[in-house]
Amino acid sequence: MQPLRPVSPGARLLLGAGFFAVFLGLWLWVTEGGHVPALFLASPGRTLAAGWSLLTEYGFLGDIAVTVFRVVGGFLIAAAFAVPLGLLMGAFKPVEAFFEPFFSFARYLPASAFIPLLILWAGVGEAQKLAVIVIGSVFQLVIMVAVIAGGTRMDLVEAAYTLGSRPLGILRRVVIPAAAPQVAETLRLVLGWAWTYVIVAELIGASSGIGHMIMDSQRLLDTGQMIFGIVVIGVIGLVTDFAVKLLNRRLFPWAAL
Amino acid sequence: MSGKTLRIDGVTRTFPARGRTPPTLALQPTSLAVAPGEFVAILGPSGCGKSTLLRIVAGLDRPTAGTVSLEGRPVAGPGPDRGMVFQSYTLFPWLTVERNIRYGLVERGLPEAEQAAIAARFIARTGLAGFEHHWPRQLSGGMQQRTALARALANDPEILLLDEPFGALDHQTRELMQELLLEIWEGDRKTVLFVTHDIDEAIFLANRVLVMSARPGRIKAEVPVPLPYPREWTVKTTPEFGALKARLMAEIREEVRRAAVSAGA
Repeated sequence: MQPLRPVSPGARLLLGAGFFAVFLGLWLWVTEGGHVPALFLASPGRTLAAGWSLLTEYGFLGDIAVTVFRVVGGFLIAAAFAVPLGLLMGAFKPVEAFFEPFFSFARYLPASAFIPLLILWAGVGEAQKLAVIVIGSVFQLVIMVAVIAGGTRMDLVEAAYTLGSRPLGILRRVVIPAAAPQVAETLRLVLGWAWTYVIVAELIGASSGIGHMIMDSQRLLDTGQMIFGIVVIGVIGLVTDFAVKLLNRRLFPWAAL
Repeated sequence: MSGKTLRIDGVTRTFPARGRTPPTLALQPTSLAVAPGEFVAILGPSGCGKSTLLRIVAGLDRPTAGTVSLEGRPVAGPGPDRGMVFQSYTLFPWLTVERNIRYGLVERGLPEAEQAAIAARFIARTGLAGFEHHWPRQLSGGMQQRTALARALANDPEILLLDEPFGALDHQTRELMQELLLEIWEGDRKTVLFVTHDIDEAIFLANRVLVMSARPGRIKAEVPVPLPYPREWTVKTTPEFGALKARLMAEIREEVRRAAVSAGA
């Protein structure tokens, strides 16, 4: 092995799959080998069986749909607010000076700590679930988009000025297109965070969703169902992440993401 | 030959103090007039303030004192009447070559067909045919600067400001680009203000070379270049070219040495 030397695509695939195999093997060994009581950790086989019964008997697909709806909904609300504001903050320094200090403070407020308050305000319905996700992601997103937009190359801005752009033209034709690929990558990142918030929101005061199912399974001591729920979240996260990455490459062929 | 007279009157630039660094005088009071159709080269050692002067003309920087005017109208900020090509590559990465060239035309709101026609003309003139739909990152440095030149020219500015546009290119490409620029200028005689530290480049292109002193910059000498246009690359081997070069080298050497001493190099 030499530092920074690239690895061939085949070897990369093999190595990546290799660790999954090691992980699965370890799991099999501790469960099937009797090193851990089945009460605390279900074996891979039992987890799959539990997942099958969840899907076929308990309507788990409905839970998945509800959770996906919450994640996407909360995330879209946050993005619709944060992206325009972030772009304005990055482009216009007085706007940044007005919002930045408060948002820098607000993004350290833990979204999960708002849950009791939000239940008080909005009950245990969808509004509360969406609000947790929005609070969890909007402030982070605003700050990150502002930093990206603020990092627009000055020489491009100057070139645009010498070609006749006015301030609004600079925003529309330079700052926004220049920031777009990185903003899209940031959205991908924050979408991942939204998944953690939604589960936290569903662990408390929910009657549906993946998080609610995991909570219910704990009462029944069904570790197979719990693990299956967690793995489903992981798989959905991986798939959407991959899909968004592909979409970004399609949308911004010039950026070599 | 068309265009307007550029007048620079007592332009001075002092960069304000920053922390413990005292204010820096970058440009001593400088006056200069450039007539329509002239090709003026500003030659000077690096850090002499020649780029600062050009940026002030472009409206990207403000003079501490003095004024810049184009045909009597004072310059208050950047505008499409003063096209610029920078030393760094400033193509918009998200636009293809053709869309980059159209940028100023889009800003002006020209009809689509007219934009396309103008872009096509300058793509042909700058030798970019076949690269219309490439992204900037797919182009070599020379091709990027061709596009930047085409983008500035397509906007039909009164004056073209060139800030060491070929400074980052390798020697062979640079010579090729000089010939291209000369050919274009001989075609429409658009006023050019060209900043460089390359003596050969200045003589080969310009009809007048202004030598700037080491920082704080001022114009210390003015050398007309009486070589007739159209010029071929062979002019570089003529005795007249050699004599001009000897004179400019003497002027510049002194300044480079002074710049090196003051920089502690």
